[in-house]
Amino acid sequence: MRNPKVRVATTSLAGCFGCHMSFLDMDERIVALLEQVEFNRSPLTDIKHCDPCDIGLVEGGLCNVDNVHVLREFRQNCKILIAVGACAINGGVPAMRNHYSLQSCLEEAFLNEIGVDNPMIPNDEALPLLLDKVHPLHEVVHVDYYLPGCPPPADAFVKILTDLLEGREPSIPAEILHYD
Amino acid sequence: MSEASLESKKMRRIAVDPVSRVEGHGKITLLMDEENHIHEARLHIVEFRGFEKFIQGRPYREVPYFVQRLCGICPVSHHLAAAKAVDQLVGVDDLTPTSLKLRQLLHFGQTMQSHALHFFHLSSPDLLFGFGSDMKHRNIVGVIEDYPEIAIQGVKIRKYGQQVIAAIAGKRIHGAATVPGGMNKPLTINERDALLVDIADVIRWSQDAVALNETIHCSDQEHRDFGTLRTPFMSLVDPSGNLEMYHGGLRVRMADGAALVDQFDYRGYTELVREEIRPWSYMKFPYLQSLGKEQGWYRVGPLARVNNCDAITTPLAESARQRFKSLGGGAFVQDTLAYHWARMIEVLHCAESIERLLHDPEILGTDLQAPLGEKRSEGIGVIEAPRGTLFHHYKIDEDGLIEKANLIVSTTSNNQAMNESVRTVANQYIEGNEVTEGLLNHLEVAVRAYDPCLSCATHALGKMPLEVELVGIDGQVIDAVRKGSDGSFDRIG
Ligand code: SF4
Repeated sequence: MRNPKVRVATTSLAGCFGCHMSFLDMDERIVALLEQVEFNRSPLTDIKHCDPCDIGLVEGGLCNVDNVHVLREFRQNCKILIAVGACAINGGVPAMRNHYSLQSCLEEAFLNEIGVDNPMIPNDEALPLLLDKVHPLHEVVHVDYYLPGCPPPADAFVKILTDLLEGREPSIPAEILHYD
Repeated sequence: MSEASLESKKMRRIAVDPVSRVEGHGKITLLMDEENHIHEARLHIVEFRGFEKFIQGRPYREVPYFVQRLCGICPVSHHLAAAKAVDQLVGVDDLTPTSLKLRQLLHFGQTMQSHALHFFHLSSPDLLFGFGSDMKHRNIVGVIEDYPEIAIQGVKIRKYGQQVIAAIAGKRIHGAATVPGGMNKPLTINERDALLVDIADVIRWSQDAVALNETIHCSDQEHRDFGTLRTPFMSLVDPSGNLEMYHGGLRVRMADGAALVDQFDYRGYTELVREEIRPWSYMKFPYLQSLGKEQGWYRVGPLARVNNCDAITTPLAESARQRFKSLGGGAFVQDTLAYHWARMIEVLHCAESIERLLHDPEILGTDLQAPLGEKRSEGIGVIEAPRGTLFHHYKIDEDGLIEKANLIVSTTSNNQAMNESVRTVANQYIEGNEVTEGLLNHLEVAVRAYDPCLSCATHALGKMPLEVELVGIDGQVIDAVRKGSDGSFDRIG
C-alpha cells in the first residue's frame, strides 16, 4: 500500500496574501508536489477547519481574536508549524499601527476620512474583536520553523517542504533566503 | 459553519466563516428563523489594518512601497495608483514615453496574473464541477486531476504575468518598479527576448480561456440568472472610449446604458462618490452622489469595463467583446457570473497588449526620469486595478511627509452589489430549505464572481476595542482588549 500523503494546512492571518501567492509561484512544480502532499484547511480549499495535519503554514501576524483562534487551531492540529513571512515572524507592515493607539487608527479610518457620510466606528457582533497591538505568532504559540521574506520566494517554499517530506532538517541556502 | 441561537426571536445565525477561495478575510452570515426563512444575509469584512493612520508622517517616496503590502494579489495596482499620485506631488504630469510604456506593461502583466489566479485557482472548480459538488474535490487540486490541460494552462498564464512583473520590478511580489516621475530600471534586451519566447502560447491559451467561459456561461440559463442585478457601471476609458487600464477618464453609465458622466477627471472623485459606513462591516459602502444613497450603488471591475467601453484596441479581444455584447443584444450584460467571461476577455487583451509593447522599440529605452516640476501638496492617482477602479489620494506637508491618505479600493465599490447578490442567491436557493454545505457554497459562488480582494479591503476596517486577554506561551498576559457596551464577550485562551 502507498504511504498516505502528507497533509498540509495553510492560512492567512493579518497578512496581505502575498506569501500564499509566492507559494503558488512554484508554478507547474505544484503538480509534482501534489503527488506527495494533500491540502487540508487552506484558502485554496473549502475545508473551513483543520483536521490533524503534518505541516501548517501560517502567513500574517495576529491583529484580532479570530486570528488567535485560527492560530491555536493550527497549533493543536499541525505537528509542524511554520511561520511564513515577515508579518508572521515580526508583525510586518500591519504592526506599524503599534506606534499608535488602536482608537486613533479607528478614528482616522472612520471618523476623519474624506467623503464619508455618517462617521461611526463599526461595532456589530459579527466583527471579531481587535487586539490593541499586532503580535507575531511566536508570542502566542510555539513555532517550529521560520521562513523569512516579504514574501519568501517560491524556491524557499519548495526547499523547506522538500526537506521535511524527505525527513531532513530544513535548511534554506543563502541564494534563496530573502528578507525583503 | 457555526450556529448560534438567538434566543429572543428563536432565530439562528449561520456563518460561512471564512469565505474560502477568495483573497483575504471575510464571512457571510444568514439570520434564519425556525422555518428556514431568511431574515438577513450579509457579507462582512472582518479585518483592520489602520493604514490611513500609520502612513501619516512617512515620506511620500515610501508610499508606493508600503501600499503594495496591503495586498499580495494585486500589489502592482496599489504601487501604480500611489505612484501616479506621487508623480503629481513632484509636479510631473507626463512621464517619458518609455516609463509610461513600462508601467503599462507592468500593469498588463499584473492584471493577467491576478485574473488567471482568480479564475483557474479559485473559481474554476465551481464552474467545472458545479456549485454544490463534492466539497473535497471542489478546488484547484480537483481541477488538476480532472482537467489537467485547463489547470496547467491557467498556471502558465499566471506564471507568465508574474514573469512580466519580475522583469520590470525585480521580483514577482512586492518589487521595486516606480520612482517619483519615472521608473527604477529599464527593460534589457535579454529580458524582453525572454518574454517574447512564450507570448504566442499565452495568447492561444487566453483564447481558450475565453472560449471555455463563453461556453460555460451561455450553456446554462442558471448561470445567466445567478445573483444577477441591474446596476450602473463605473470604469476608466481612454479619450476615444476604448477599454483602458492605466490612465483615462471616468465613465459611469446607468443600468439602461444612459451616460451619467463621461471623460470625468478623476481628481474630482469626491464630487462623484461618497461613502457610507454600516456598523456590521468594516468595509464602507460607496455610492454615486448624484443618485443618492439608496439608488447610487454601482459595480466596477471586468464586467463594468467590458460593458462600458466602446471598443477594445486589440483585435482578438475586440472580437471576443463583440460576442460578449451580442448576449445582451446591445444592452448591458448584467449577469453577475459573466464577470468570469469578461475577466478572460481582459486576459486576452493583456496578452495581446504585452506582445504589442514587447515589439515596440521604445520599451527598451533608457530615458526613464521626467523632469520634476514644482512640488504640490496633493496627489490623486486612479487606475483600473484587476478588480475595478482604484482611488489613492494623499496630502503632504511642507516637509513632504504624509498628512492625509484616503483609499477607495476596487472591492469596496462592489460592496453593496456583493451583498445584493448574496441576498438574491440566499432567497433563490436557501430560503425555506435545510441548509447544507453545498447550498452555502452557492453564496460563496456569488461573492467569488466579483473576485473580491478582501485583503485590500481591510486597509480601513476596524471596531471598538473590547476586553480580551491574549496570553502568551509562558502564561503571561501580553495583550488585553476591552469590550465597550453590549454584545458577546469573547475570551481567548
Ligand atoms: S510577509 Fe509580506 S508578502 Fe507575506 S503577508 Fe506579510 S506583507 Fe504580505
